[in-house]
Amino acid sequence: MTEPTTPGTPEGPPAPGPVPGALDTAFFVRWLSAAAAAVDREADRLTELDSAIGDADHGANMRRGFAAVTAVLEKEPPPTPGAVLRAAGRQLISTVGGASGPLYGTLLRRTGKALGDEAAVSRERLAEALAAGVAAVSGLGGARPGDKTMLDALVPAAEALGESFDAAREAAERGALATVPLRARKGRASYLGERSVGHQDPGATSSALLVAALAEVSR
Amino acid sequence: MLINVPETVVADALRGMAAAHPELTVDVENRVVLRRDAPMAGKVGLISGGGSGHEPLHAGFVGPGMLAAACAGEVFTSPVPDQMVRAAAAVDSGAGVLFVVKNYTGDVLNFEMAAELAEDEGVQVAQVLVDDDVAVTDSLYTAGRRGTGGTLFVEKIAGAAAEEGAPLERVEAIARRVNERSRSFGVALSACSTPAKGGPTFDLPDGELELGVGIHGEPGRERRPMMTSREIADFAVDAVLEDLRPTGPVLALVNGMGATPLLELYGFNAEVQRVLSERRVPVARTLVGNYVTSLDMAGCSVTLCAADEELLRLWDAPVRTPALRWGR
Repeated sequence: MTEPTTPGTPEGPPAPGPVPGALDTAFFVRWLSAAAAAVDREADRLTELDSAIGDADHGANMRRGFAAVTAVLEKEPPPTPGAVLRAAGRQLISTVGGASGPLYGTLLRRTGKALGDEAAVSRERLAEALAAGVAAVSGLGGARPGDKTMLDALVPAAEALGESFDAAREAAERGALATVPLRARKGRASYLGERSVGHQDPGATSSALLVAALAEVSR
Repeated sequence: MLINVPETVVADALRGMAAAHPELTVDVENRVVLRRDAPMAGKVGLISGGGSGHEPLHAGFVGPGMLAAACAGEVFTSPVPDQMVRAAAAVDSGAGVLFVVKNYTGDVLNFEMAAELAEDEGVQVAQVLVDDDVAVTDSLYTAGRRGTGGTLFVEKIAGAAAEEGAPLERVEAIARRVNERSRSFGVALSACSTPAKGGPTFDLPDGELELGVGIHGEPGRERRPMMTSREIADFAVDAVLEDLRPTGPVLALVNGMGATPLLELYGFNAEVQRVLSERRVPVARTLVGNYVTSLDMAGCSVTLCAADEELLRLWDAPVRTPALRWGR
């Protein structure tokens, strides 16, 4: 994909040493490992949600993708937080398939691109980068909040991450739950029309798992 | 289910296909099925693909006169871009490739990414989106019409044009024309069972049918008590004609969803031909069989393509693939 490169250096002079509370490469590897564990643990539930309004493979697909992500991060650990997310995103695109592969892959790749090549970043900076990743997902899939997609969890989570990790987790979980009464307008669930109402969106649910994993490793 | 474990279903099928069809090159590891003679000098390569579970679509249509390569995704899950990029590299001889993409969100996104990556590697790529399913009426509020049976018409006719040596923009234009002139409507008499789920993916009670179903069992327009073959043909053909309004002869595909026997499909075809005759639509060619299936779903679909002389000539051109074979 052709993507504009985002400058990776923050404004002002570089900090002399590690910033207290900064998120380093190891933190991002821990996040994705925790996300992989959560996806693995919840795969059957994701598939069950998907069988109600999709085609019953979301759990299996996400499990396959995140297993590949942890394998590649263990094999050749990337040097920076941005590189971790870019490598993970590329891996998801190469292994997940369906709509989830390109969408989650783009989320992580674009968030990683926005982080640039700093050795460590602040939570606020991650929040900005995540917002850029979420915007890229919206651009790729053409969905907006309220369409009963992963964006219903991700958009509020990226906003709340500016406040705290736990606020982001709560916002994502609230967003996923809020998809229950919605009518799907994107993806395969959209073919159900009114019959998609009353079911929680599997993509919003897996997105909430990712954000919960982030809050978990921040403690 | 006749499987080992869900995780190896697609690879196992590809290994079996390779054994049955030595005239094809089957790359099991990368899940790409190729024409043995790829890259075909001076010819555009048609590449398609999608989730597995719709056999013989797409790998069954690889061969002279149709597809140059097919990419097999997981069951009902689109392939990943790496597969299409690999197929494009294997097939392209400089004349370029045409991606034939069914309009499902996953397929569209993965093929779009693949097109960019293949172009980065110097392959000229054009894409055609197949969206022939008239059952999706309010496409403003959905992902748009689904690509179903019309895919076979696009792959056969554009494949014939490519075989003749037509340049990429011409093959693309013909593929688009076929799609614009094709409409489908499907009916499910039972749900299908995916290997991953191990059982039916939706609940369709005995004695009911789903009108306007997609090829993954996605619900369609409405659910009704069981109808006769005659009543289903009236409903399906009228739904197609309401949208297509052909002024000349049509190509007709009477397709089985996987678990409906040919005895029933031929009987259904008799009813389809009757309705078309009553509506004064001449039928130039008819194909009956399981071509675009949904695993073990019982049911059928009707696809009509408003033909013209050129499309008819290309339809009749020789084709040599595992699932479609005629002419020389």
